[in-house]
Amino acid sequence: MKKIKFTLTEKIFSQRLGRNVVAGESILVSPNRCLMTDGNGPLVVKKFKELSDGIAKVKPVIVVDHHGPSPRMEYSNEAVELKKFAESNGGWFFKAGTGICHQVHAEKFVCPGDVVLGSDSHTVLAGAFGAFATGMGATDIAAALATGQTWMVVPSSIRVHLNGELPLGVTSKDINLHLLRLLGNSGATYKAIEYTGSALRYLTMSDRMTISNMSVELGAKVGLFEADEVTFEYLKHFGREDSFRPMCSDPNANYEREIFIDCSQLEPLIAKPHSVENIMDISDVIGTEIHQVYIGTCTNGRLEDLEQAASILDGNTIHPDVRLIVTPASHAVYQAALKSGAIEKLVGAGAVITSPGCGACVGIHMGVLADGENCLSTQNRNFKGRMGNPDSSIYLSSPITAAVSAIYGKITDPREVRT
Amino acid sequence: MIAFNKGKAWMFGDNISTDLIVPGRLSHLRSNLPELAKHVLEDADPTFAQKVQVGDYVVAGENFGTGSSREHAAHVIKLAGIKAVIAKSFARIYYRNASNIGLWLITADTETIKTGDTIEIDLKGSRIIVNGTDSILCHIPDGILLNILLDGGLIPHLQKNGGFAL
Repeated sequence: MKKIKFTLTEKIFSQRLGRNVVAGESILVSPNRCLMTDGNGPLVVKKFKELSDGIAKVKPVIVVDHHGPSPRMEYSNEAVELKKFAESNGGWFFKAGTGICHQVHAEKFVCPGDVVLGSDSHTVLAGAFGAFATGMGATDIAAALATGQTWMVVPSSIRVHLNGELPLGVTSKDINLHLLRLLGNSGATYKAIEYTGSALRYLTMSDRMTISNMSVELGAKVGLFEADEVTFEYLKHFGREDSFRPMCSDPNANYEREIFIDCSQLEPLIAKPHSVENIMDISDVIGTEIHQVYIGTCTNGRLEDLEQAASILDGNTIHPDVRLIVTPASHAVYQAALKSGAIEKLVGAGAVITSPGCGACVGIHMGVLADGENCLSTQNRNFKGRMGNPDSSIYLSSPITAAVSAIYGKITDPREVRT
Repeated sequence: MIAFNKGKAWMFGDNISTDLIVPGRLSHLRSNLPELAKHVLEDADPTFAQKVQVGDYVVAGENFGTGSSREHAAHVIKLAGIKAVIAKSFARIYYRNASNIGLWLITADTETIKTGDTIEIDLKGSRIIVNGTDSILCHIPDGILLNILLDGGLIPHLQKNGGFAL
Protein backbone atom coordinates (compact mmCIF):
# COMPACT_ATOMS: atom_id res chain seq x y z
CA MET A 1 0.00 0.00 0.00
CA LYS A 2 1.23 3.47 -0.85
CA LYS A 3 2.30 5.36 2.23
CA ILE A 4 0.56 8.73 2.66
CA LYS A 5 2.92 11.71 2.68
CA PHE A 6 1.71 14.26 5.20
CA THR A 7 2.07 18.00 5.30
CA LEU A 8 3.02 19.30 8.74
CA THR A 9 -0.60 20.38 9.19
CA GLU A 10 -1.91 16.90 8.39
CA LYS A 11 0.70 15.32 10.63
CA ILE A 12 -0.23 17.46 13.64
CA PHE A 13 -3.93 16.62 13.31
CA SER A 14 -3.26 12.94 12.59
CA GLN A 15 -1.13 12.66 15.71
CA ARG A 16 -3.63 14.56 17.82
CA LEU A 17 -6.57 12.45 16.61
CA GLY A 18 -4.72 9.11 16.57
CA ARG A 19 -5.82 8.45 12.99
CA ASN A 20 -4.73 9.65 9.59
CA VAL A 21 -6.46 12.75 8.28
CA VAL A 22 -5.73 14.72 5.14
CA ALA A 23 -6.52 18.22 3.89
CA GLY A 24 -10.19 18.84 3.19
CA GLU A 25 -11.57 16.60 5.94
CA SER A 26 -13.97 18.06 8.48
CA ILE A 27 -12.87 16.95 11.92
CA LEU A 28 -13.71 17.34 15.56
CA VAL A 29 -10.54 17.90 17.56
CA SER A 30 -9.76 18.46 21.21
CA PRO A 31 -7.37 21.39 21.66
CA ASN A 32 -4.47 21.15 24.12
CA ARG A 33 -5.45 24.53 25.54
CA CYS A 34 -7.42 27.70 24.92
CA LEU A 35 -5.76 31.11 25.13
CA MET A 36 -7.83 34.06 26.26
CA THR A 37 -7.13 37.73 26.84
CA ASP A 38 -8.91 40.63 28.47
CA GLY A 39 -9.81 41.74 24.93
CA ASN A 40 -12.25 38.99 24.02
CA GLY A 41 -12.13 36.95 27.22
CA PRO A 42 -15.15 38.59 28.91
CA LEU A 43 -17.39 37.62 25.97
CA VAL A 44 -15.98 34.06 26.06
CA VAL A 45 -16.95 33.82 29.74
CA LYS A 46 -20.46 35.12 28.99
CA LYS A 47 -20.93 32.59 26.18
CA PHE A 48 -19.47 29.77 28.28
CA LYS A 49 -22.00 30.46 31.02
CA GLU A 50 -24.82 30.27 28.47
CA LEU A 51 -23.55 26.82 27.45
CA SER A 52 -22.40 25.20 30.65
CA ASP A 53 -22.95 25.16 34.42
CA GLY A 54 -19.88 23.00 34.81
CA ILE A 55 -16.12 23.21 34.67
CA ALA A 56 -14.29 23.87 31.41
CA LYS A 57 -13.12 20.70 29.68
CA VAL A 58 -10.08 22.48 28.25
CA LYS A 59 -7.89 24.47 30.59
CA PRO A 60 -7.90 28.18 29.79
CA VAL A 61 -4.75 30.29 29.81
CA ILE A 62 -5.86 33.88 30.44
CA VAL A 63 -3.53 36.84 30.05
CA VAL A 64 -4.39 40.49 30.71
CA ASP A 65 -2.56 42.19 27.86
CA HIS A 66 -4.95 44.45 25.93
CA HIS A 67 -5.60 47.00 28.64
CA GLY A 68 -3.07 46.67 31.38
CA PRO A 69 -2.33 48.41 33.65
CA SER A 70 -5.99 49.28 33.41
CA PRO A 71 -6.90 52.80 32.23
CA ARG A 72 -10.62 52.38 33.07
CA MET A 73 -12.72 50.74 35.77
CA GLU A 74 -14.58 48.61 33.17
CA TYR A 75 -11.33 46.85 32.29
CA SER A 76 -10.32 46.53 35.95
CA ASN A 77 -13.59 44.79 36.78
CA GLU A 78 -13.36 42.50 33.76
CA ALA A 79 -9.85 41.43 34.77
CA VAL A 80 -11.17 40.41 38.21
CA GLU A 81 -13.87 38.28 36.54
CA LEU A 82 -11.30 36.66 34.24
CA LYS A 83 -9.12 35.76 37.21
CA LYS A 84 -12.10 34.10 38.91
CA PHE A 85 -12.91 32.21 35.71
CA ALA A 86 -9.34 30.92 35.33
CA GLU A 87 -9.17 29.84 38.94
CA SER A 88 -12.56 28.12 38.98
CA ASN A 89 -11.72 26.19 35.81
CA GLY A 90 -8.28 24.90 36.71
CA GLY A 91 -6.60 27.29 34.32
CA TRP A 92 -3.89 29.92 34.52
CA PHE A 93 -4.24 33.65 35.00
CA PHE A 94 -1.51 36.17 34.25
CA LYS A 95 -1.98 39.72 35.47
CA ALA A 96 -1.28 42.92 33.56
CA GLY A 97 2.40 43.40 32.85
CA THR A 98 3.20 39.71 32.36
CA GLY A 99 3.20 40.22 28.62
CA ILE A 100 1.27 39.64 25.42
CA CYS A 101 -0.64 36.36 25.60
CA HIS A 102 1.11 34.96 22.52
CA GLN A 103 4.55 35.71 23.93
CA VAL A 104 3.61 34.33 27.36
CA HIS A 105 2.25 31.22 25.60
CA ALA A 106 5.53 30.84 23.69
CA GLU A 107 7.62 31.17 26.85
CA LYS A 108 5.56 29.05 29.22
CA PHE A 109 3.20 26.68 27.37
CA VAL A 110 3.43 25.81 23.72
CA CYS A 111 4.83 22.42 22.69
CA PRO A 112 5.52 21.21 19.15
CA GLY A 113 2.55 19.19 17.88
CA ASP A 114 -0.01 21.01 20.03
CA VAL A 115 -3.40 22.08 18.77
CA VAL A 116 -4.16 25.49 20.30
CA LEU A 117 -7.20 27.73 20.01
CA GLY A 118 -7.06 31.36 21.02
CA SER A 119 -9.62 34.13 21.33
CA ASP A 120 -7.14 36.46 19.60
CA SER A 121 -6.34 36.24 15.89
CA HIS A 122 -2.57 36.36 16.46
CA THR A 123 -2.68 33.01 18.25
CA VAL A 124 -1.07 31.84 14.98
CA LEU A 125 2.27 33.01 16.44
CA ALA A 126 2.62 29.60 18.12
CA GLY A 127 2.88 28.03 14.65
CA ALA A 128 6.56 28.99 14.93
CA PHE A 129 6.92 26.00 17.29
CA GLY A 130 5.29 23.46 14.97
CA ALA A 131 1.97 23.78 16.82
CA PHE A 132 -1.33 24.20 15.00
CA ALA A 133 -2.50 27.40 16.68
CA THR A 134 -5.35 29.47 15.37
CA GLY A 135 -7.60 32.34 16.41
CA MET A 136 -11.37 32.09 16.80
CA GLY A 137 -14.20 34.20 18.15
CA ALA A 138 -15.73 34.10 21.59
CA THR A 139 -18.52 31.59 20.91
CA ASP A 140 -16.12 29.11 19.29
CA ILE A 141 -13.73 29.36 22.25
CA ALA A 142 -16.62 29.05 24.71
CA ALA A 143 -17.85 25.96 22.84
CA ALA A 144 -14.37 24.42 22.94
CA LEU A 145 -14.14 25.07 26.69
CA ALA A 146 -17.62 23.64 27.32
CA THR A 147 -17.47 20.58 25.05
CA GLY A 148 -13.73 19.93 24.95
CA GLN A 149 -13.84 20.10 21.15
CA THR A 150 -13.98 22.27 18.11
CA TRP A 151 -14.75 21.50 14.47
CA MET A 152 -12.37 22.37 11.71
CA VAL A 153 -11.64 21.61 8.10
CA VAL A 154 -8.05 20.36 7.87
CA PRO A 155 -6.56 23.07 5.63
CA SER A 156 -4.51 22.45 2.54
CA SER A 157 -1.05 23.96 2.76
CA ILE A 158 0.95 26.53 0.86
CA ARG A 159 4.64 25.85 1.22
CA VAL A 160 6.87 28.91 1.35
CA HIS A 161 10.57 28.21 0.71
CA LEU A 162 12.78 30.86 2.30
CA ASN A 163 16.23 30.60 0.79
CA GLY A 164 19.34 32.77 0.91
CA GLU A 165 20.70 35.23 3.45
CA LEU A 166 18.83 38.42 4.33
CA PRO A 167 20.92 41.49 3.40
CA LEU A 168 22.01 43.94 6.07
CA GLY A 169 19.13 46.22 7.05
CA VAL A 170 16.48 43.69 6.01
CA THR A 171 14.71 41.52 8.59
CA SER A 172 12.16 38.77 9.00
CA LYS A 173 9.47 41.48 9.13
CA ASP A 174 10.36 42.36 5.54
CA ILE A 175 9.71 38.70 4.62
CA ASN A 176 6.17 39.16 5.97
CA LEU A 177 5.68 42.37 4.03
CA HIS A 178 7.07 40.76 0.88
CA LEU A 179 4.60 37.88 1.25
CA LEU A 180 1.76 40.38 1.64
CA ARG A 181 2.84 41.99 -1.61
CA LEU A 182 2.89 38.58 -3.32
CA LEU A 183 -0.32 37.10 -1.91
CA GLY A 184 -2.41 40.03 -0.71
CA ASN A 185 -4.43 40.10 2.47
CA SER A 186 -6.56 37.11 1.59
CA GLY A 187 -4.20 35.08 -0.58
CA ALA A 188 -3.98 32.34 2.04
CA THR A 189 -7.54 32.46 3.40
CA TYR A 190 -8.55 29.01 4.74
CA LYS A 191 -5.01 27.71 4.05
CA ALA A 192 -2.10 26.74 6.24
CA ILE A 193 1.26 28.23 5.37
CA GLU A 194 4.27 26.02 6.02
CA TYR A 195 7.65 27.78 5.98
CA THR A 196 10.78 25.90 5.02
CA GLY A 197 14.07 26.44 3.17
CA SER A 198 17.74 27.08 3.81
CA ALA A 199 16.98 30.34 5.67
CA LEU A 200 15.68 28.29 8.60
CA ARG A 201 19.34 27.79 9.52
CA TYR A 202 19.60 31.41 10.63
CA LEU A 203 15.99 32.37 11.36
CA THR A 204 15.80 32.51 15.15
CA MET A 205 12.67 31.71 17.14
CA SER A 206 12.10 35.46 17.38
CA ASP A 207 12.18 35.70 13.56
CA ARG A 208 9.96 32.68 13.17
CA MET A 209 7.42 34.07 15.63
CA THR A 210 7.31 37.32 13.63
CA ILE A 211 6.70 35.41 10.40
CA SER A 212 4.09 33.06 11.92
CA ASN A 213 2.37 35.97 13.65
CA MET A 214 1.68 37.90 10.46
CA SER A 215 0.55 34.82 8.55
CA VAL A 216 -2.97 35.73 9.66
CA GLU A 217 -2.61 39.00 7.73
CA LEU A 218 -2.44 36.81 4.60
CA GLY A 219 -5.70 35.20 5.70
CA ALA A 220 -4.00 31.96 6.79
CA LYS A 221 -5.41 29.67 9.45
CA VAL A 222 -1.89 29.03 10.72
CA GLY A 223 1.75 29.77 9.79
CA LEU A 224 3.90 26.76 10.63
CA PHE A 225 7.58 26.12 11.06
CA GLU A 226 9.05 22.69 11.70
CA ALA A 227 10.27 22.06 15.23
CA ASP A 228 14.05 21.67 15.05
CA GLU A 229 17.14 22.35 17.14
CA VAL A 230 16.40 26.09 17.11
CA THR A 231 13.03 25.33 18.67
CA PHE A 232 14.70 23.01 21.17
CA GLU A 233 17.19 25.68 22.27
CA TYR A 234 14.41 28.23 22.82
CA LEU A 235 12.38 25.82 24.92
CA LYS A 236 15.52 24.91 26.85
CA HIS A 237 16.18 28.57 27.58
CA PHE A 238 12.82 28.66 29.37
CA GLY A 239 13.49 25.35 31.15
CA ARG A 240 11.05 23.46 28.94
CA GLU A 241 13.32 21.19 26.89
CA ASP A 242 11.25 18.20 28.01
CA SER A 243 8.30 19.51 26.00
CA PHE A 244 10.28 19.36 22.75
CA ARG A 245 9.58 16.85 20.05
CA PRO A 246 10.69 17.13 16.45
CA MET A 247 7.91 17.96 13.99
CA CYS A 248 8.30 18.23 10.23
CA SER A 249 6.40 17.43 7.06
CA ASP A 250 7.10 14.33 4.98
CA PRO A 251 9.23 14.76 1.88
CA ASN A 252 6.99 15.01 -1.21
CA ALA A 253 3.89 15.82 0.78
CA ASN A 254 1.00 17.24 -1.20
CA TYR A 255 1.15 21.04 -1.24
CA GLU A 256 -1.46 23.16 -2.91
CA ARG A 257 1.12 25.70 -3.95
CA GLU A 258 4.86 26.24 -3.51
CA ILE A 259 6.38 29.72 -3.32
CA PHE A 260 10.12 30.33 -3.51
CA ILE A 261 11.62 33.45 -1.99
CA ASP A 262 15.26 34.44 -2.39
CA CYS A 263 15.80 36.37 0.82
CA SER A 264 19.05 37.86 -0.49
CA GLN A 265 17.00 39.89 -2.99
CA LEU A 266 14.67 41.44 -0.41
CA GLU A 267 14.64 45.12 0.50
CA PRO A 268 13.20 47.03 3.43
CA LEU A 269 9.47 47.35 2.82
CA ILE A 270 6.67 49.50 4.24
CA ALA A 271 2.93 48.85 4.42
CA LYS A 272 1.21 52.18 3.81
CA PRO A 273 -2.12 53.16 5.39
CA HIS A 274 -4.75 51.71 5.68
CA SER A 275 -4.17 48.19 4.39
CA VAL A 276 -1.58 45.52 5.13
CA GLU A 277 -1.34 44.70 1.43
CA ASN A 278 -0.47 48.28 0.50
CA ILE A 279 3.22 47.37 0.29
CA MET A 280 5.81 49.86 -0.95
CA ASP A 281 9.54 49.72 -1.53
CA ILE A 282 11.03 51.96 1.11
CA SER A 283 12.37 54.21 -1.67
CA ASP A 284 8.78 55.12 -2.56
CA VAL A 285 7.96 56.47 0.91
CA ILE A 286 11.31 57.87 2.05
CA GLY A 287 10.91 61.26 3.67
CA THR A 288 7.33 60.72 4.88
CA GLU A 289 7.01 62.74 8.08
CA ILE A 290 6.32 60.70 11.22
CA HIS A 291 5.13 61.83 14.63
CA GLN A 292 5.33 58.59 16.56
CA VAL A 293 7.44 55.46 16.24
CA TYR A 294 6.17 52.34 17.94
CA ILE A 295 8.42 49.35 18.60
CA GLY A 296 6.73 46.41 20.26
CA THR A 297 3.74 44.01 19.88
CA CYS A 298 3.47 40.28 19.32
CA THR A 299 5.04 40.89 15.92
CA ASN A 300 8.21 42.74 16.90
CA GLY A 301 8.49 43.27 20.66
CA ARG A 302 11.02 40.56 21.48
CA LEU A 303 14.58 40.89 22.79
CA GLU A 304 16.17 40.73 19.33
CA ASP A 305 13.85 43.45 18.05
CA LEU A 306 14.67 45.72 20.99
CA GLU A 307 18.38 44.99 20.61
CA GLN A 308 18.32 45.76 16.89
CA ALA A 309 16.62 49.08 17.62
CA ALA A 310 18.98 49.78 20.54
CA SER A 311 22.10 49.18 18.48
CA ILE A 312 20.92 51.78 15.96
CA LEU A 313 19.82 54.29 18.60
CA ASP A 314 22.89 53.84 20.80
CA GLY A 315 24.57 57.21 21.13
CA ASN A 316 21.93 58.93 18.98
CA THR A 317 18.98 61.08 19.97
CA ILE A 318 15.56 60.73 18.42
CA HIS A 319 14.11 63.63 16.46
CA PRO A 320 12.66 66.27 18.82
CA ASP A 321 9.21 66.07 17.19
CA VAL A 322 8.99 62.26 17.38
CA ARG A 323 7.65 60.20 20.28
CA LEU A 324 9.39 56.82 20.40
CA ILE A 325 7.39 54.28 22.39
CA VAL A 326 8.82 50.85 23.12
CA THR A 327 6.76 48.02 24.61
CA PRO A 328 8.55 44.79 25.51
CA ALA A 329 6.44 41.78 24.52
CA SER A 330 6.74 40.22 27.97
CA HIS A 331 8.17 40.70 31.44
CA ALA A 332 10.85 38.14 30.52
CA VAL A 333 11.75 40.17 27.42
CA TYR A 334 11.83 43.36 29.52
CA GLN A 335 14.20 41.81 32.07
CA ALA A 336 16.46 40.40 29.35
CA ALA A 337 16.55 43.78 27.60
CA LEU A 338 17.47 45.46 30.89
CA LYS A 339 20.26 42.97 31.42
CA SER A 340 21.59 43.26 27.87
CA GLY A 341 21.71 47.05 28.05
CA ALA A 342 19.16 47.53 25.28
CA ILE A 343 16.73 49.42 27.51
CA GLU A 344 19.44 51.82 28.65
CA LYS A 345 20.36 52.61 25.05
CA LEU A 346 16.72 53.08 24.02
CA VAL A 347 15.95 55.36 26.97
CA GLY A 348 19.21 57.20 26.41
CA ALA A 349 18.08 58.04 22.90
CA GLY A 350 14.76 59.38 24.17
CA ALA A 351 12.43 56.36 24.10
CA VAL A 352 9.53 55.87 26.47
CA ILE A 353 9.32 52.27 27.73
CA THR A 354 5.83 51.04 28.62
CA SER A 355 4.77 48.03 30.63
CA PRO A 356 4.69 44.77 28.63
CA GLY A 357 1.44 44.05 26.78
CA CYS A 358 -0.33 44.90 23.55
CA GLY A 359 0.30 48.57 24.26
CA ALA A 360 -0.48 51.16 21.61
CA CYS A 361 -1.32 48.57 18.94
CA VAL A 362 -4.90 48.09 20.11
CA GLY A 363 -5.79 51.77 20.16
CA ILE A 364 -6.85 51.99 23.77
CA HIS A 365 -4.01 53.65 25.64
CA MET A 366 -0.24 54.24 25.85
CA GLY A 367 0.14 55.87 22.44
CA VAL A 368 -3.16 56.96 20.88
CA LEU A 369 -2.48 59.17 17.85
CA ALA A 370 -3.71 62.72 17.24
CA ASP A 371 -5.68 63.84 14.17
CA GLY A 372 -3.50 63.88 11.08
CA GLU A 373 -0.55 62.16 12.73
CA ASN A 374 1.55 59.43 11.14
CA CYS A 375 2.93 56.53 13.14
CA LEU A 376 5.65 54.17 11.93
CA SER A 377 5.02 50.96 13.80
CA THR A 378 6.47 47.46 14.03
CA GLN A 379 2.99 46.02 14.65
CA ASN A 380 1.03 43.79 12.29
CA ARG A 381 -1.97 45.92 11.30
CA ASN A 382 -2.37 49.43 9.93
CA PHE A 383 -6.14 49.53 9.58
CA LYS A 384 -7.84 52.89 9.83
CA GLY A 385 -8.48 53.67 13.49
CA ARG A 386 -6.31 50.83 14.75
CA MET A 387 -4.27 53.06 17.04
CA GLY A 388 -7.29 54.80 18.50
CA ASN A 389 -7.93 57.58 15.99
CA PRO A 390 -9.55 57.12 12.56
CA ASP A 391 -8.03 60.42 11.44
CA SER A 392 -4.47 59.17 11.85
CA SER A 393 -2.28 56.97 9.64
CA ILE A 394 -0.16 53.91 10.40
CA TYR A 395 2.85 52.73 8.40
CA LEU A 396 4.30 49.26 9.15
CA SER A 397 7.99 48.40 9.08
CA SER A 398 10.75 46.37 10.70
CA PRO A 399 12.25 47.51 14.03
CA ILE A 400 15.43 48.54 12.20
CA THR A 401 13.59 50.85 9.81
CA ALA A 402 11.51 52.18 12.72
CA ALA A 403 14.57 52.96 14.85
CA VAL A 404 16.47 54.73 12.07
CA SER A 405 13.38 56.72 11.14
CA ALA A 406 12.92 57.84 14.77
CA ILE A 407 16.28 59.61 14.58
CA TYR A 408 15.40 61.53 11.43
CA GLY A 409 11.69 62.15 12.05
CA LYS A 410 10.80 60.76 8.67
CA ILE A 411 10.79 57.36 7.00
CA THR A 412 14.42 56.52 6.35
CA ASP A 413 16.15 53.63 4.57
CA PRO A 414 18.18 51.79 7.23
CA ARG A 415 20.74 50.67 4.63
CA GLU A 416 21.78 54.25 4.03
CA VAL A 417 22.49 55.12 7.64
CA ARG A 418 23.89 52.03 9.29
CA THR A 419 25.42 53.26 12.50
CA MET B 1 -36.28 28.44 6.13
CA ILE B 2 -35.64 31.99 7.28
CA ALA B 3 -37.09 34.70 5.05
CA PHE B 4 -35.01 37.58 3.77
CA ASN B 5 -37.65 40.15 2.88
CA LYS B 6 -37.18 43.48 1.19
CA GLY B 7 -34.72 45.80 2.85
CA LYS B 8 -32.44 48.66 1.94
CA ALA B 9 -28.81 48.16 0.86
CA TRP B 10 -26.01 50.05 2.59
CA MET B 11 -22.91 49.87 0.44
CA PHE B 12 -19.38 49.61 1.86
CA GLY B 13 -16.09 48.96 0.07
CA ASP B 14 -13.37 46.32 0.20
CA ASN B 15 -11.50 45.23 3.33
CA ILE B 16 -13.97 46.50 5.91
CA SER B 17 -11.91 45.60 8.99
CA THR B 18 -13.18 44.71 12.44
CA ASP B 19 -11.55 47.99 13.51
CA LEU B 20 -13.92 49.85 11.18
CA ILE B 21 -16.89 47.87 12.50
CA VAL B 22 -16.03 48.21 16.22
CA PRO B 23 -12.84 50.17 16.93
CA GLY B 24 -10.52 49.35 19.82
CA ARG B 25 -11.06 52.79 21.32
CA LEU B 26 -14.59 51.66 22.27
CA SER B 27 -13.40 48.47 23.97
CA HIS B 28 -14.77 49.66 27.32
CA LEU B 29 -18.26 49.13 25.85
CA ARG B 30 -17.56 45.52 24.85
CA SER B 31 -19.43 44.09 27.82
CA ASN B 32 -22.44 46.25 26.87
CA LEU B 33 -23.23 45.08 23.34
CA PRO B 34 -26.41 47.18 22.83
CA GLU B 35 -24.43 50.32 23.71
CA LEU B 36 -21.53 49.22 21.47
CA ALA B 37 -24.00 48.63 18.63
CA LYS B 38 -24.81 52.36 18.64
CA HIS B 39 -21.34 52.77 17.08
CA VAL B 40 -21.65 50.05 14.43
CA LEU B 41 -19.37 50.71 11.44
CA GLU B 42 -18.72 54.17 12.85
CA ASP B 43 -15.25 54.58 11.37
CA ALA B 44 -16.47 53.54 7.91
CA ASP B 45 -19.58 55.78 8.00
CA PRO B 46 -20.03 57.94 11.13
CA THR B 47 -23.78 58.36 10.59
CA PHE B 48 -24.59 54.76 9.65
CA ALA B 49 -25.92 53.77 13.09
CA GLN B 50 -28.47 56.61 12.94
CA LYS B 51 -29.58 55.81 9.39
CA VAL B 52 -29.86 52.03 9.40
CA GLN B 53 -33.31 50.45 9.80
CA VAL B 54 -34.24 47.00 11.07
CA GLY B 55 -34.32 44.62 8.10
CA ASP B 56 -31.68 46.45 6.05
CA TYR B 57 -28.66 44.79 4.45
CA VAL B 58 -24.97 45.63 4.67
CA VAL B 59 -23.39 45.14 1.25
CA ALA B 60 -19.63 45.20 0.69
CA GLY B 61 -16.74 44.23 -1.53
CA GLU B 62 -13.90 41.79 -0.87
CA ASN B 63 -12.67 40.47 2.49
CA PHE B 64 -15.39 41.85 4.77
CA GLY B 65 -14.53 41.49 8.47
CA THR B 66 -10.76 41.27 8.04
CA GLY B 67 -8.50 41.54 11.08
CA SER B 68 -9.24 40.81 14.69
CA SER B 69 -11.23 37.81 15.96
CA ARG B 70 -13.50 40.11 18.02
CA GLU B 71 -16.93 38.53 17.75
CA HIS B 72 -18.37 41.88 18.82
CA ALA B 73 -17.97 42.91 15.17
CA ALA B 74 -20.65 40.36 14.23
CA HIS B 75 -22.89 41.09 17.25
CA VAL B 76 -23.14 44.83 16.59
CA ILE B 77 -24.25 44.29 13.00
CA LYS B 78 -26.90 41.81 14.12
CA LEU B 79 -28.01 44.11 16.96
CA ALA B 80 -28.38 46.98 14.48
CA GLY B 81 -31.11 44.90 12.87
CA ILE B 82 -29.13 43.96 9.77
CA LYS B 83 -30.75 40.95 8.13
CA ALA B 84 -27.63 39.70 6.36
CA VAL B 85 -24.27 40.91 5.14
CA ILE B 86 -23.72 40.44 1.41
CA ALA B 87 -20.14 40.69 0.16
CA LYS B 88 -17.85 39.47 -2.58
CA SER B 89 -15.83 37.61 0.04
CA PHE B 90 -15.42 37.40 3.81
CA ALA B 91 -12.48 37.07 6.17
CA ARG B 92 -12.26 33.55 7.60
CA ILE B 93 -12.69 34.22 11.32
CA TYR B 94 -15.53 36.67 10.69
CA TYR B 95 -17.37 34.12 8.56
CA ARG B 96 -17.39 31.66 11.41
CA ASN B 97 -18.14 34.26 14.09
CA ALA B 98 -21.19 35.54 12.23
CA SER B 99 -22.58 32.06 11.65
CA ASN B 100 -22.00 31.21 15.31
CA ILE B 101 -24.28 34.04 16.42
CA GLY B 102 -26.88 33.51 13.71
CA LEU B 103 -25.88 36.36 11.39
CA TRP B 104 -26.17 35.27 7.76
CA LEU B 105 -23.31 36.08 5.41
CA ILE B 106 -24.13 35.85 1.73
CA THR B 107 -21.39 35.75 -0.90
CA ALA B 108 -22.20 37.38 -4.24
CA ASP B 109 -20.85 39.74 -6.87
CA THR B 110 -22.00 43.01 -5.32
CA GLU B 111 -20.43 45.24 -7.98
CA THR B 112 -23.69 46.65 -9.33
CA ILE B 113 -25.48 47.15 -5.99
CA LYS B 114 -25.78 50.74 -4.72
CA THR B 115 -26.79 52.27 -1.42
CA GLY B 116 -30.56 52.67 -1.40
CA ASP B 117 -31.26 49.68 -3.64
CA THR B 118 -33.95 47.31 -2.42
CA ILE B 119 -32.65 43.84 -1.67
CA GLU B 120 -34.44 40.52 -1.26
CA ILE B 121 -32.77 37.14 -0.95
CA ASP B 122 -34.23 33.95 -2.38
CA LEU B 123 -32.31 31.36 -0.38
CA LYS B 124 -33.76 28.34 -2.18
CA GLY B 125 -32.97 29.80 -5.57
CA SER B 126 -29.56 31.13 -4.40
CA ARG B 127 -30.42 34.55 -5.80
CA ILE B 128 -30.36 38.13 -4.64
CA ILE B 129 -33.09 40.24 -6.17
CA VAL B 130 -32.18 43.92 -6.53
CA ASN B 131 -34.94 46.52 -6.91
CA GLY B 132 -37.44 43.75 -7.62
CA THR B 133 -35.96 42.94 -11.01
CA ASP B 134 -32.22 42.28 -11.25
CA SER B 135 -31.14 38.83 -10.14
CA ILE B 136 -27.65 38.05 -8.86
CA LEU B 137 -26.47 34.52 -8.07
CA CYS B 138 -25.31 34.08 -4.50
CA HIS B 139 -23.75 31.51 -2.21
CA ILE B 140 -24.92 30.84 1.33
CA PRO B 141 -22.87 29.07 4.02
CA ASP B 142 -22.91 25.28 3.66
CA GLY B 143 -21.97 22.20 5.68
CA ILE B 144 -21.99 22.54 9.45
CA LEU B 145 -22.17 26.34 9.20
CA LEU B 146 -25.55 26.07 7.48
CA ASN B 147 -26.76 23.71 10.22
CA ILE B 148 -25.51 26.17 12.84
CA LEU B 149 -27.33 29.05 11.12
CA LEU B 150 -30.54 27.09 10.75
CA ASP B 151 -30.38 26.27 14.46
CA GLY B 152 -29.99 29.98 15.21
CA GLY B 153 -26.29 29.94 16.09
CA LEU B 154 -23.68 27.69 17.67
CA ILE B 155 -25.07 27.74 21.22
CA PRO B 156 -28.58 26.59 20.22
CA HIS B 157 -26.93 24.15 17.78
CA LEU B 158 -24.93 22.52 20.58
CA GLN B 159 -27.92 22.51 22.92
CA LYS B 160 -30.16 20.91 20.28
CA ASN B 161 -27.68 18.29 19.05
CA GLY B 162 -25.75 17.63 22.25
CA GLY B 163 -22.55 18.49 20.35
CA PHE B 164 -21.33 19.51 16.91
CA ALA B 165 -23.43 17.91 14.13
CA LEU B 166 -20.77 17.70 11.42
